[in-house]
Amino acid sequence: MSSTIETPALQPTRVRQRDAARSPEAGGRHATSPQVNPLMSATKLMKSYRKGKLVIPVLRGVDFSINPGEFLAIVGQSGSGKSTLLHLLATLDAPDAGEIFFHGDRIDDLPSRSRDILRNRYFGMIFQFYHLLPELSTLENVLAPRMIAEGFLRYRLNRKKHVERAKELLEMVGLSHRLTHKPRELSGGEMQRTAIARALIADPQLLLADEPTGNLDSKTGREILDLLRTLNAQQNLTIVMVTHDNAIAREADRTVRLVEGLVERL
Amino acid sequence: MYKLLLAWRYLRTRYIALASIISVTLGVATLIVVNSVMAGFTQEMHQRLHAILSDVVVECYNLNGMPDPDWHMHEIRQVAGDQIEGMTAVVHVPAMLTFKHRGRSFNRQVNLIGIDAETYADVSDFRQYLLHPANQQLLTFALHEDGYAPERADFPVSGWKHRRMKAELEQQMEEERRRAEELQAALHGGRAAESAVAESASMPRDPNVITPPADPNSSVMPADPNGAVASATGGTVFDPNHEQHTGLIVGIAVCSVRGRDAETGDVRDYYYLRPGDDVQITFPNASEDQPKAVSDFFTVVDFYESKMSEYDSTFVFVPLDQLQQMRGMIDPLSGVASVTSIQIKLKPGVDLNEVRDKLRERFPAELFPYQIQTWRDMQGPLLAAVRLETTILNILLFLIIAVAGFGILATFFMIVVEKTRDIGILKALGAPSSGVMSIFLSYGVSLGAVGSGVGAVLGLLFVAFINEIASCLELVTGEPVFDPAVYYFQEIPTVVDPLTVVWVAAGAVFIAVMASVLPAVRAARLHPVEALRYE
Repeated sequence: MSSTIETPALQPTRVRQRDAARSPEAGGRHATSPQVNPLMSATKLMKSYRKGKLVIPVLRGVDFSINPGEFLAIVGQSGSGKSTLLHLLATLDAPDAGEIFFHGDRIDDLPSRSRDILRNRYFGMIFQFYHLLPELSTLENVLAPRMIAEGFLRYRLNRKKHVERAKELLEMVGLSHRLTHKPRELSGGEMQRTAIARALIADPQLLLADEPTGNLDSKTGREILDLLRTLNAQQNLTIVMVTHDNAIAREADRTVRLVEGLVERL
Repeated sequence: MYKLLLAWRYLRTRYIALASIISVTLGVATLIVVNSVMAGFTQEMHQRLHAILSDVVVECYNLNGMPDPDWHMHEIRQVAGDQIEGMTAVVHVPAMLTFKHRGRSFNRQVNLIGIDAETYADVSDFRQYLLHPANQQLLTFALHEDGYAPERADFPVSGWKHRRMKAELEQQMEEERRRAEELQAALHGGRAAESAVAESASMPRDPNVITPPADPNSSVMPADPNGAVASATGGTVFDPNHEQHTGLIVGIAVCSVRGRDAETGDVRDYYYLRPGDDVQITFPNASEDQPKAVSDFFTVVDFYESKMSEYDSTFVFVPLDQLQQMRGMIDPLSGVASVTSIQIKLKPGVDLNEVRDKLRERFPAELFPYQIQTWRDMQGPLLAAVRLETTILNILLFLIIAVAGFGILATFFMIVVEKTRDIGILKALGAPSSGVMSIFLSYGVSLGAVGSGVGAVLGLLFVAFINEIASCLELVTGEPVFDPAVYYFQEIPTVVDPLTVVWVAAGAVFIAVMASVLPAVRAARLHPVEALRYE
């Protein structure tokens, strides 16, 4: 599932044992195999927010790494900094101190245009509140990253290809009958599936999920989670999922617990 | 791609933004209407002024004129021969017009102008303002039988028809009076013959009687027993049935008043004179040492209506050679005539001021007491006033569009706030800040384009149907919107200058874009994480 726009340097090394990945103990296995190059790693991440004169530290030196093909859950209480960590990993925000590496290249200090391209082509993101564009239909929402990546003429040229791919993805998430619906006409689960299809349109190497089930009832949340796991298993997609729910975190290969801005190893 | 799509979707789903550009639409429409009407007025005025004034006028400072116009014209041709299309000599003199209407005598101050019927039309569009269609083709200063102003239904009977009717009426009255006097004479005896002689002597006489060629009766004129008798007695007895005095063209407002009919409310002209009537004109002669007022009889042969009230209410035209003779402007020894001004028409595209300056150089003021002016110089204040008015109106209306710009600014800020989360999403999906900015900029451009486009179409439609709209308003309000009694135009004149329309529309789009720059920059600067958190 490699994208045509990937540079050889960023080509992920796909070492993966599907059966092992399913069991929760597998997390330990990855941690003890240093010969595998991590897909993404972070060292001593610090981030604090200002509230007036008050400086609130959110992350206080987080170390983090994820191997290709891994399904990692970051759990923690509200305010433990897990969402902030995810935003830093997604280069939506810059850390006060510390470094983030993707394929061994530092990404947190890249110019904003390069970070935009990174987010657009190498990361897929899904959110608790789905964050679909209300003016666009399901299909258009899925196509949005492609529209952003390509200029008017190039998009026009490739449109057929992109639409086909988007339909394929929507069929995969079970929404092929909802192509022209606007987000407000969809249920929460459907919106989240659309968001997943959108996150996958650019064939990303890393899916960052911020409480993907946080706003759904348990049954729908279960379905979304199953979908993510299927993607991880069948397409070898590396997933980082943030959640406050331990039960959901257990679905992941490995769990990282954040407590007051620090990683607590399980 | 997403920029256009989103800008389009925002345009489609946010009609409040369209409301904010209604003011742009109205401003653009108003600007176009105002500019078109002002341009229409200006052009109409220019045309009229220019049509009457010719391009350059060499005017003698002296009322007695400058001798030998031929020499002057020769000299002018020497200076700027290749730029000149036509020239004519003219005599301008202030005069007093006297006429009788319903037994009362009227005096009017007029501007008596002696023109050369052949060459005067070369320098200005004089003829097209005459009422008789034949005079518009060829001016003869001869009275026509009838058919004045065929397009005007309410124009009174004129020409020879009117003249004969009037003569007949006067003859009847005369006979009536004579009979009464005869009766009286029979009573008093002996004095009847004397009074009859006195009566005939008081009849108007004119040495410059012109026989009307158009009138079939004129061929029998010499055989007229009255005429034969009169010449036998040493003078001509003037017969108004077949004869006219020197032809005279009167500005229509000199002898008519325009008003509204009390009952119907229609605009109506009341004429104190009509073609066919005789008038007396008193003017100064051109004597060097003893200027005196001389007067003579003329027959109105046509009206002149340029729709410039200044001219229509003062201008009276007579044949140049007749006026020169009456004023004594022809040197009795050499036969050289004088004129008071020479009017010059230049070839199209020639710089008026350049020719004027050349002529001023040739006729320096110390040696030649002449005033050399272009028509623009002569009507400078009026033209400048109209120009100033247009400029100020444009500034004011553009301010209105600028105010509309602030409305757009406010609306756009609201939309950016409303779309904060979408902006965060776009950035999370990898849209660069410049892309987010261009969404809102292209939104502004399209709003401005729609606003000014609709405005331009509305304005042009309004201009196209302005007279229909005016009459509709008249129906609704009962008040005349465009009163022909006030303006001399029958309809509101309009000229649409495509360049003005383009400029106005482009200016409005520019203002809309400027108003969207600030919100767009704000949108681009939004922090993605905070934008995503925004509820």
